[in-house]
Amino acid sequence: MSSGMDANALMTRIAEIIIFELKLEDITPETFSCDLDLVDELGVDSMDLATVVLVLQDEFGVMIDEDDYPQLGSIRKIAEYIQHKLENT
Amino acid sequence: MKTVSSLLDAAWHERYRKISTLNIRSSIYDVTNRCNLRCKGCFFYSSNEHLVAEEMDPAKWKAFVRREKERGVNLAILIGGEPTLELDRVEIFYRTMPTYCATNGQIKVPRDRFPDMMVGISLWGNEEDEKKLRGKNTFAVSLNNYEGDPNAYYLYTITPNQVGRIEPVIRKIADGGLKVHMQLLTNDEEVEGFSWTDDKLAAIRVEMDAMLESYPQAVISCKYYHEVLTTGKMLGRSFGWSECPSVTESMDHRHPQPKRLIRFIRWASDLKTTHRCCTSATRDCSKCKDGAAHMSWVMVNKRGHLDSTRDLQNWIEVYEIFAKLYRFIPW
Ligand code: SF4
Ligand code: SF4
Repeated sequence: MSSGMDANALMTRIAEIIIFELKLEDITPETFSCDLDLVDELGVDSMDLATVVLVLQDEFGVMIDEDDYPQLGSIRKIAEYIQHKLENT
Repeated sequence: MKTVSSLLDAAWHERYRKISTLNIRSSIYDVTNRCNLRCKGCFFYSSNEHLVAEEMDPAKWKAFVRREKERGVNLAILIGGEPTLELDRVEIFYRTMPTYCATNGQIKVPRDRFPDMMVGISLWGNEEDEKKLRGKNTFAVSLNNYEGDPNAYYLYTITPNQVGRIEPVIRKIADGGLKVHMQLLTNDEEVEGFSWTDDKLAAIRVEMDAMLESYPQAVISCKYYHEVLTTGKMLGRSFGWSECPSVTESMDHRHPQPKRLIRFIRWASDLKTTHRCCTSATRDCSKCKDGAAHMSWVMVNKRGHLDSTRDLQNWIEVYEIFAKLYRFIPW
């Protein structure tokens, strides 16, 4: 993964990961709003988030601290977080 | 795709928001091996969990509790044996993280040392059953110790022998200005006459629902919890080993891994040994009626409850009970 990945492509990939890992039905990366609140709206809990984080860490080569989970509230926020990490490593 | 706001009106959504970010990460600690009672059916003794060598050094307890906090635990559930026999150890937990103390209520937790620690007092029935199963009428003593205490409640373990007879017990608790949460006995020591049958489970469910309606101020519960606990079913699935969320993380080698409590460990009082789960390692999971494990089962399956408004409201109600019982939200 290069830090130069286009923001939209990054968000689409994150959406794919979330849909696959959490076995979400009735939603595609295209219909997954990047500002949808994952906890408040989608019902994602900390175990779900931990599952997604493991894959994100592997795929993007970043470390995601558990204390940072509150910053991962939507696809856009996750993308910004990852981009920030990549730019600062 | 269903979203939370598409399923809930504003009032329910507000209730959801209050609990959805709590992120409770509990672990359970045997504070001591000893108890001042010897109840028939006590899983602690029936599975020989009392045989580990208890750690006696307060410095080791302090270091251990600090490590537990660093591990991410934010709720210490103290059981035993009887934790009030070792109040200095209880205090180490209490000063470090949110702490809940289970007790048989025979020794009063001193409120000058533990002003707001939630105390759960075990109760196994009426006077007759308490004498039969626990050797004495512990109810009278605990009620005297805790009457009117806003941070204490009864954890009423209903036995099959109590079907049709729980109302006077609930009334007595309510009259004493205390709250009550109900769960069901798992007959680990096969005491005669104390095993559940389907008929008795169906009857007690009706009775528990009726108590909730008659004593809404005192009874901390909801009908969905009663349903899940008495039927062992949730969303068409059956409770048991393959679904249980309350298994010690480091001993959980199940495949596939079910939704489970993150970081959960049940520690023995030697501070080294871990137990399989929140209750007895020798218990047959297919007969397990542990109330907290059933509540946790609902709680960790939040997204499974996003199919309908009723399902999600059920999930919220169960989560609220748990959060109240462990003092994360007010009564
Ligand atoms: S009070 Fe609790 S720990 Fe003590 S014997 Fe009874 S069930 Fe066991
Ligand atoms: S005995 Fe109960 S709490 Fe323990 S693993 Fe089995 S089902 Fe879970």
